[in-house]
Amino acid sequence: MQITINGRPVEAKPGQTIHQAAKAAGIYIPTLCYHEKVGAAGKCRVCVVEIEGMPALQTACSVEPREGMKIKTRTDRVLAAQKLVVDLLLSTGTHDCLACDQNGHCELQDVAYYLGMERGSFKYADVESVKDDSSEFVSVERSKCISCGRCVAACNNTVTNRVLDFKYRGHKAEIVFDDDKPMGESSCVQCGECAQICPVGALTDKLSKGKARRWDTEKVYSVCPYCGVGCKLELHVDRKKNEIVRITGAEGAPTNNGMLCVKGRYGYDFVGHPDRLTTPLIKENGKFREASWDEAITLVAGKLAEIKQKHGADALMGLCSAKVTNEENYTFQKFFRTAIGTNNIDHCARL
Amino acid sequence: MAGLAASFGSGAMTNDIAGLDKSDVALIIGSDTSECHPVLAARLKKAAVDGKVKIIVIDPKRIKMADFATIYACQRPGTDVAVLNGMMHLIIKNGWEDKKFIEERTEGYEALKEEVAKYTPEYVEKVSGVPAKTLEQIAELFGRAETAALYYAMGITQHTTGVDNVRSTANLQMLCGNMGKVGGGVNPLRGQSNVQGACDMGGLPNVFPAYQKIGDAAVQEKFEKFWGVKLSDKVGMTMTVAFDKAYNGEMKAFYIMGENPMVSDPDLHHAEEALKKLEFLVVQDIFLTETAQLAHVVLPATSPAEKEGTFSNTERRVQLLFKAVNAPGQAKHDWEIHQLIANKMGLNWNYTKAEEIFDEMRKCTPSYAGLTYKRLGFAGMHWPCPNEEHPGTPVLHIGKFTRGLGLFAAIPFKEPAEMPDKEYPLYFTTGRVLQQYHTGTMTRKTPGLNNLAGPHVMLSVEDAEAICVKNGDKVKVSTRRGSIVTGAFITKRCPKGTVFMPFHFAEAAANKLTINALDPIAKIPEYKVCACKIEKG
Ligand code: SF4
Ligand code: SF4
Ligand code: SF4
Ligand code: SF4
Ligand code: FES
Repeated sequence: MQITINGRPVEAKPGQTIHQAAKAAGIYIPTLCYHEKVGAAGKCRVCVVEIEGMPALQTACSVEPREGMKIKTRTDRVLAAQKLVVDLLLSTGTHDCLACDQNGHCELQDVAYYLGMERGSFKYADVESVKDDSSEFVSVERSKCISCGRCVAACNNTVTNRVLDFKYRGHKAEIVFDDDKPMGESSCVQCGECAQICPVGALTDKLSKGKARRWDTEKVYSVCPYCGVGCKLELHVDRKKNEIVRITGAEGAPTNNGMLCVKGRYGYDFVGHPDRLTTPLIKENGKFREASWDEAITLVAGKLAEIKQKHGADALMGLCSAKVTNEENYTFQKFFRTAIGTNNIDHCARL
Repeated sequence: MAGLAASFGSGAMTNDIAGLDKSDVALIIGSDTSECHPVLAARLKKAAVDGKVKIIVIDPKRIKMADFATIYACQRPGTDVAVLNGMMHLIIKNGWEDKKFIEERTEGYEALKEEVAKYTPEYVEKVSGVPAKTLEQIAELFGRAETAALYYAMGITQHTTGVDNVRSTANLQMLCGNMGKVGGGVNPLRGQSNVQGACDMGGLPNVFPAYQKIGDAAVQEKFEKFWGVKLSDKVGMTMTVAFDKAYNGEMKAFYIMGENPMVSDPDLHHAEEALKKLEFLVVQDIFLTETAQLAHVVLPATSPAEKEGTFSNTERRVQLLFKAVNAPGQAKHDWEIHQLIANKMGLNWNYTKAEEIFDEMRKCTPSYAGLTYKRLGFAGMHWPCPNEEHPGTPVLHIGKFTRGLGLFAAIPFKEPAEMPDKEYPLYFTTGRVLQQYHTGTMTRKTPGLNNLAGPHVMLSVEDAEAICVKNGDKVKVSTRRGSIVTGAFITKRCPKGTVFMPFHFAEAAANKLTINALDPIAKIPEYKVCACKIEKG
């Protein structure tokens, strides 16, 4: 159907909200509590727009457009309402962005930038930082929480771990783990879904703290190296340091739709670990010594050929791997079948 | 996967992950889903909470999924066939079987019917411990569902009767007409990221890529022509048999890529001895694993984050990996190393990147023929995909089984190879925990994961009380093969009489205790049941 946004004709599909139609047309309407995965919550009211013929401002994240609707996203009334929302949020939290890990990826910051706001104008008694560092992998800073409810919805309805909830309602609303336990002592399984979906720096990945600014990293798609679900990963890489600084789940991927478990999200230390093998090793007198590729390959090829000659090809066995790629399993079995001449190939994982 | 291949003609998971909330009922048997396949479990839990899918859990341990289940039943370890036969007994007795499906798409039904006739709820209760009443409820919920899916993992396969267990799951799904439709299927959940791919690529002793049989004249000829060399038409050895032969001195050399059988293999003393007797052992890995330490030559490989290529997940979805970081030192891609050795041995390989290998592979791998890196794109695609116009196949066996008609098999119940007795009165079973992976070579490099899950043994409240241990106390667990001392984790999720131990930890390797009795067909070791005793450590 046809609608107009800021005087521009926009095509809206049935079932889309005003926000979704605007987004598809490249028009920014700020949102904070809405996330496509958990749906509209109608809590923050930062997404308000003016609709011709409607006296009150409407929330774009939940209202579906009707044919011919005329919508405005940047009128004085809209901007004033949005500023009030953001002002309150900035004034009641510890939003000193300098060392915040969300800096550059923060949706509150984005809205403040869009509205041209530097800091909150309400003067409350000094807001103090409230942190919970008890969890292995997720940092909680409640004083940055904007009570949008995304994490609560995600924990309960997406990953269905049923750990997060709100303690109070309204302005005092505060997220709690189980019946108000420190995160690390709660039944949380540290899947990190809440940290991925939090729009601000209230829930962040601990391993990534101080590692790299968001704009210094590049996103590379990969697949989780652990279980067979094959969750699609986004590896956030600092090219200068040659280091993975964060992993997130790929939203919209058919396997995992952004979700990951604790291993896939946080179990990446092995990649850059100092124990990684860096050169071929040859054992001499019971001890390994470093060797060049040339020497090692010559030795391996020579030994395999010698044993094949002496004892026949079937005295050799190859174990391929569930941890390497299809391409590499293909070359391995091809190597055994063609170069060695045996079908003695198997893998260690029977399921 | 021998079981499913015999029943359907293909051993892979039949249905896709995205379709799992299209079932009315999901039966989870022998899969600790939320620990071993957490994200798939998340989808099942959500479907249950949203009221879309009713879950039935049958497991010796009261696993977390049981909290989301409509019915939970605790069977004695190793009695899955009896329980499944019991379900089928009741389904047939009540006329809930899918007569049209059986008639049109299967064979061997009469033999099955005759076999399961013996499995009355009372008999099943006696052997499995599942109350007759509960079995009746399960049979009714499952039997009357419009569409029901079945999920299993190593709890079904790692038994001497593993193939029997698998064939029983296939029997049940054919009986109820749950095959070849969205939301149904028999769904083995693969434990490792690319074990499906390793099999698809012919990483097995009896098949070339895409399960084309060794020894079949036409297949042999095709590959000889394709690769340009004479090939052996003799079926090779499975890993477990090869270890035995290495132990006897018949096998002379092993080339192990990216695996650590020293920790994952059953009856470990034997595995270590076997490897030590080899004349030559090459290990190619990213760490100096327990296995690599025994090698004569160790070759440094790249990790998945350092390479391009594809993995095939449990639902047969082929997905792309891209290179994120440079490999440390002189580490090389596994395929580069294969090429170096192959060429040194006189072959002439000229691959310059993974995609070239993929393009060669799909020419001899009909189920991957239509896949290209370009088509895989963001979402990946399901094999079989026979040509470049084909959209891929999320659900197998629609309209027709790979082997034509689905084959029922009459499967009598057999007891596990080693049962509890006077001296070793408890069941011992192994598995995984959420925070660790396989032999731990990767996950144990992240300190946080170790803090969350270190070595332990899970005991029931009753068994712990009987030997007066509290949470965290040392316990000595012994079987006929050895003993391990580790911390106790006492939980209501463990039933009385069953002891559970994760196998990820080299310093407390559960597989030192397991038995290396094998399934006669699939050669999968019985990690899941043996007899043990416990003492205060
Ligand atoms: S949460 Fe956002 S606005 Fe608040 S400090 Fe962090 S980056 Fe700044
Ligand atoms: S990490 Fe996962 S389980 Fe824990 S609170 Fe967040 S969403 Fe819930
Ligand atoms: S922690 Fe983050 S996601 Fe959760 S309510 Fe607060 S701001 Fe929203
Ligand atoms: S993130 Fe977790 S569930 Fe997903 S593939 Fe990795 S290990 Fe499996
Ligand atoms: S985004 Fe619309 S109310 Fe929060």
